Amino acid sequence: MAKDTQSKARGPAVRTGPLMAPAVSLLVLWMIVPLAMTIYFSTLRYSLLQPDAVSFVGISNYIFFFQDPALWTSIVNTLSLVGGVLVASIAIGTLLAVVFYETFPGASIARLLVVAPFFVMPTVAALIWKNLLMHPVNGLFAFFARSLGLPPVDWFSSLPLTSIGIIVTWQWAPFATLILLTAIQSLDREQLEAARMDGARGLTLFYHITLPHLARAIGVVAMIEAIFLLSIFAEILVTTNGGPGSATTTLPYLIYKTALLDFNVGMASTGGIMAVVLANIVGFFLIRTISRNLDS
Amino acid sequence: MRKSLAVRIANFVIGWSAAIVFFFPIFWMALTAFKTEPAAIATPPKLLFSPTMINMRAVLDSADYLHFFQNSLIISCAATLLAIILGTPAAYAMAFFPGGRTKDVLVWMLSTKMMPAVGVLVPIYLIFRDAGLLDTHVGLIAIYTLMNLPIVVWLIYTFFKDIPKDLIEAARMDGARPLSQFFFLLLPLTAPGFASTGLLSVIFIWNEAFWSINLTVTNATPLTAFIASFSSPQGLFWAKLSAASLLAIAPIMLLGWLTQKQLVRGLTFGAVK
Amino acid sequence: MVSLKLRDLRKSFGGFEVVKGVSFEVSEGEFVVFVGPSGCGKSTLLRMIAGLEEITAGELLLDGARVNDVAPDRRGLAMVFQSYALYPHMTVEQNMGFALRLAGVGKSERRRKVEQAARILQIENLLNRKPANLSGGQRQRVAIGRAIVRNPKVFLFDEPLSNLDAALRVQMRMELAALHRELKGTMIYVTHDQVEAMTMADRIVVLREGLVEQIGSPLSLYNEPVNLFVAGFIGSPKMNFLPAGLLSRDGGRVELSLSPDVRLTIDDVAETGSAQALTLGVRPDMIHVADHGPLRGQVLLVERLGNETLIHVDAGIGSEPVTVSHQGQYAVSAGEAVGLSIDTRRIHLFSPSGRRVARGLQPTQV
Repeated sequence: MAKDTQSKARGPAVRTGPLMAPAVSLLVLWMIVPLAMTIYFSTLRYSLLQPDAVSFVGISNYIFFFQDPALWTSIVNTLSLVGGVLVASIAIGTLLAVVFYETFPGASIARLLVVAPFFVMPTVAALIWKNLLMHPVNGLFAFFARSLGLPPVDWFSSLPLTSIGIIVTWQWAPFATLILLTAIQSLDREQLEAARMDGARGLTLFYHITLPHLARAIGVVAMIEAIFLLSIFAEILVTTNGGPGSATTTLPYLIYKTALLDFNVGMASTGGIMAVVLANIVGFFLIRTISRNLDS
Repeated sequence: MRKSLAVRIANFVIGWSAAIVFFFPIFWMALTAFKTEPAAIATPPKLLFSPTMINMRAVLDSADYLHFFQNSLIISCAATLLAIILGTPAAYAMAFFPGGRTKDVLVWMLSTKMMPAVGVLVPIYLIFRDAGLLDTHVGLIAIYTLMNLPIVVWLIYTFFKDIPKDLIEAARMDGARPLSQFFFLLLPLTAPGFASTGLLSVIFIWNEAFWSINLTVTNATPLTAFIASFSSPQGLFWAKLSAASLLAIAPIMLLGWLTQKQLVRGLTFGAVK
Repeated sequence: MVSLKLRDLRKSFGGFEVVKGVSFEVSEGEFVVFVGPSGCGKSTLLRMIAGLEEITAGELLLDGARVNDVAPDRRGLAMVFQSYALYPHMTVEQNMGFALRLAGVGKSERRRKVEQAARILQIENLLNRKPANLSGGQRQRVAIGRAIVRNPKVFLFDEPLSNLDAALRVQMRMELAALHRELKGTMIYVTHDQVEAMTMADRIVVLREGLVEQIGSPLSLYNEPVNLFVAGFIGSPKMNFLPAGLLSRDGGRVELSLSPDVRLTIDDVAETGSAQALTLGVRPDMIHVADHGPLRGQVLLVERLGNETLIHVDAGIGSEPVTVSHQGQYAVSAGEAVGLSIDTRRIHLFSPSGRRVARGLQPTQV
């Protein structure tokens, strides 16, 4: 009843159903159909190499999967990568947001240069770092190491996950900077001035005024990054192919390998469900933060 | 607010160091794009060299590269346009005729973004295979339209919400029906919003690598997937890789720089403006 | 001739009634002001007349025809919004001509009408500007111009001056009044500022909590407020309210006690009911500083406005200090003890329920 009055009060009745239908129904399909299929496949023994030998196996894929050390390795790899990049990118982003909040000569140009890596497509980013910079013989880092009399680091052999982490941080720290800088700019200058009148300065000012102001934005950045980082794929594909061994095999990469290299639909789907669960745990918090924002 | 000189110097030093560190790989890539292949892998690395256009020309002359570039362009523009066409009516309905469920619908739309691509890789791959959509423009356009639809709806919704209620009411008093309100008032007022929504969507699609790598072979392959092919050992031509990469990222970097402000809004679903 | 008639209009939002049955008539050419504190329902009432809010119950008649369910633009009204609501992407000319354009009026006709309205408002030189390049006062004029162009049956104004600075507000007040004389249009004007209401209205409708408290000309509200609320709302500085006990009554003459040693006798009291605890209302300019006045107290604060001096005195009656308005400048300072006398010919007496039960002699008619 109340709803009815409201819509009428807003003007000649517009039937919202037909306006909403295309977008909503397509998204419902996009959300429900593949997910339902993944769940279904995850209960099957189903290999594309033997498409005729499909059989229902219940939860045994899950049991097998849980007993497979590769799964746990991949989850540990995924969480290390996500956690490491999150901490690094947010720390860098916060520092740079504070720096760029002030003006200094060339600040606007410097800011553009800092955010640039975010617009570099993942495959380009990974290949540039892998070849031009981190290559153990011809790479720039190897040259620097040799000039300093140090042995060059073979990045992708000896520090594979760290190397990927560095590349991904290079892409996502600019994102954190961009968002946090925008957030910090909404900080009331008068509030800062008042705090300075009260005797706060330097780190105290940052800790008591700036950081609390940024807290929510940092939360948003962390969760959005987490969503994207949980499905990091191309960077791994073009640098290490998940190796050496399984040192850089993350959950998405494991699923990709199982599905499109081993053609094991059943197991890949089981992994897919794991990835969905993992992402939803993170997504739950993100959505709660953002929908709270809808009310204000 | 006056800051002490030391603080200002520190800001300058940190800010510019960060700028150099973050931009250096891109700069180095751009430099390498104009080197000969031997110069590209030379040790010590050459900072001074006589630039050559040989790689650029090779990349631009190869029908392949233009084909991939064209794929990226077609797919990102088509999917963006479709998402805007599908999303605008929904955003309009929710912004101006909110019902009891509007908030739930918006949040639900957002939640579809939480679905990790790998979670649905298998069924999508199989559906595409059976429907003959693998390695087609239509297939990728469909995926990207659906992927970006929630963001497009959200962004346009927030732009619509920013229009003062008084303006709509004034238009109603002036005799504007919903359709004229939309074309005479909402569209002109949110034109910049539509532009930045479109640009953001194009940027996302242009740089998307998971589906493009897994669902294409050559025909519909966009630049992200093409560049990935340089990872194979026989593709170890650094100068050429750099030239191709430079051309692939340059347009999007320009767009990104131009839309920074709106980007923040889109990337955080309006949570940070 | 009656232009607009409201018959028991009601409005509820989700079960909460904000307009609780309002009835009155507006004659053609009349300037009616709705006034009341925020939340009294005055804006909602205006928006119901405009057609922007649905009417929950009751009837709205425009030139005799029921228009409850008629779309806003079909009612032939024009509204000036508090925020002006100018279309930011259109020039002043396009803003003013938008309604005509939607109605299919030809270009030359449109231009003629816009120019005519612009001439009245003296904004002819602004026609090609966009709203962003106008000052607050200019935007206000354009918003009014947009209404004039439509030649509406009734002009509706929703607190149109509240975004202007004080000096401009006074000027626009005079211009609006002049405009009303020139256009002879029916105007309904919403404000929370009783000064605006007093200076512009032919008739004022005082609203509180969704109900009409009193309708009347500015001076009749000032001189004969029907209750404590209207008495306190109309007039600045505010009327003093002093608790008064009824001592005795003899025909039309009553004797009141303001404090154990202050008594007042008032003639011509119609009816006081049975209550003993009354409220005496005295406007600040009806109290004078007099050495031998019946009231005595200590000056708390003196506000010197130049043409007027406001003296706040703690007279030991009620909880509020008594405000005295003295014409011109008066040498008195805080802390001094003063005597006060009340001009009993111009007092109001209110029953415990707030209803006015009596007043002193007839006020001098203006």
